[in-house]
Amino acid sequence: MGKQSNQFFKVSLLVISLFVLGACSSTSETDDSSSDDMQSSSNSSSGSASSSAGSNSGQLTQEQIRAQNALRQTVFYFDFDVAEFQPADRETLTYHARDLAANPSKRLRLEGHADERGTREYNLALGERRANGILNYFIVNGAARSQIEVVSYGEERPEQSGQTENAYSRNRRVEIVAR
Amino acid sequence: MKLRTSLLGAFICLCNWTANAELSIQITQGVDNPIPIAVVPFSNESGGFFSEDVSQIVINDLEQVGEFRALSRANMLSMPSGEQEVFYRDWRILAQDYLLVGKIDQQPGSQLVQVQYEFFDINREMKLAGEVLTGSVTQLRDIGHTISNVVFEQVTGIPGAFTSEILYIVSESAGPENSLFRLEKADYDGARPQTLLESGEPIMSPSWSPNGQDVAYVSFETDLPRIYIQNIATGQRRQITNYPNINSSPVWSPDGTKLAMVLSKDGSPDIYVQDLNNNQLIRITDHPAIDTEPSWTPDGRHIVFMSDRTGQPQIYQMELGANSYNVERLTYDCFQCAKAKFLPDGLNLVHVRRETRQSPTYQIAILNIETLRVITLTGTSLDESPSVAPNGSMIMYATKFNGRGVLDAVSIDGRVKFRLPSSQGDVREPSWSPFLD
Repeated sequence: MGKQSNQFFKVSLLVISLFVLGACSSTSETDDSSSDDMQSSSNSSSGSASSSAGSNSGQLTQEQIRAQNALRQTVFYFDFDVAEFQPADRETLTYHARDLAANPSKRLRLEGHADERGTREYNLALGERRANGILNYFIVNGAARSQIEVVSYGEERPEQSGQTENAYSRNRRVEIVAR
Repeated sequence: MKLRTSLLGAFICLCNWTANAELSIQITQGVDNPIPIAVVPFSNESGGFFSEDVSQIVINDLEQVGEFRALSRANMLSMPSGEQEVFYRDWRILAQDYLLVGKIDQQPGSQLVQVQYEFFDINREMKLAGEVLTGSVTQLRDIGHTISNVVFEQVTGIPGAFTSEILYIVSESAGPENSLFRLEKADYDGARPQTLLESGEPIMSPSWSPNGQDVAYVSFETDLPRIYIQNIATGQRRQITNYPNINSSPVWSPDGTKLAMVLSKDGSPDIYVQDLNNNQLIRITDHPAIDTEPSWTPDGRHIVFMSDRTGQPQIYQMELGANSYNVERLTYDCFQCAKAKFLPDGLNLVHVRRETRQSPTYQIAILNIETLRVITLTGTSLDESPSVAPNGSMIMYATKFNGRGVLDAVSIDGRVKFRLPSSQGDVREPSWSPFLD
């Protein structure tokens, strides 16, 4: 019983800190931006979780699934001419940071990219600025600097070719790559 | 990602094969009153077969810089090959100002050819130049370009740049995780392309050494952007930098002893200068914003660079050895001004300009830093990487055509434009050589 309440305390701490770090972003926003299969997997899990509603172990499972889903998102898109990641990605990135903090041997690479507008060497620097934004967020949330390598490809490795707004928005991104 | 790296990272090759992309240059804009010149087909004295038509090479050279118009061969009244056969009135009737004639001779069984040319002023009825050039049959293009240089200088007073060469990057994509990048060298007109480096990882920012023998560039072959110098003739290369984070934008000092570059090892991208003899590294700029795209002033005493320290890219310059606070801003009237380099006069600054926030178009422009007059030279919307011909007459730059990267050139006054042929892939980042002799 004493162990259980301790666990409950931990979970609520986690939830509180997530709320604080999540600041203005809500959970539902994050779900909206996640892929369909993430949606469906979290929906099916919420069904089983609700059956044991109020149980601490059920909350934990849901939280773990949420974390797993978050870690599956490894590409983060940026607005035009903006180096800061989108507020909707904050919670997902927080899970990534926690995962690094919890697994000190884990290493990853943040690959920054830009769209093709503007000069190439400036775009190389912009890609690094974007990746550094996420790097700093990871460090603030417990990751060690030595776990993360940052590299910018600028506009050299577009995800989608073409001179359309859609292609440009797919190319302004940071990718998390396992090492 | 890791797999791609291990498979393709090993696929760096230093080849010297010649791609077969012999397409012709396309003149997209010419002057209103080009100088009429008659270039008579050079007579073939030995009757052998030559793979190149020397007189046609001269015609192409002169026409694509826009200031000349060659007389159609079908309209010629006579086909002289030497001075004794030239009758000035034949050419005056045809309203020609200049005449070029010549002959090609090859000794039986020899690889050597002799090309004799003579160049005449029709109005003054005098011979302006003439000589015999000797070379291998594989050098007929070079011989043609050399004759073009003479004709161009005789008429305009400016040395021709027809024997100069260009470096550029080609990327070919076979799927999102499978691209091939090549550093290529070609004649200034895109002919005779050769691959200097091929890699599965990006190659960027090729820059000629002032003596034309080496190229500096950025290669991601180790998975990180690092600066290399490669000898163009031998292919021998060495890695110049291995600092953390960005290592980019290598540019040779005018005396060839130093390399300006961008490093973000101390946090944000700043300009540095590395001495190539003793590897001493000097920090030039020190600012938390992005400082990049360095270039040298013609006297080698200042570095021009781009910085977004005011929020958007603008152009600045700094004296070498000056305090890093002592920065002079050069551009004010554009939303973004970037990738700047002075013409040899040290007054006119070639750069990439985006006029307003509302219209995201990037064009090549020249700013006179004394009069502050701006001339926008190009009219397409994604123009970048301007590089000036060694005689200062034209600027080559990268643009998009039908969704593909192509190389265009524009005269310094904006009147003439031509497009280089390209067979496949995205072509970009042209770097025009110095005079090669």
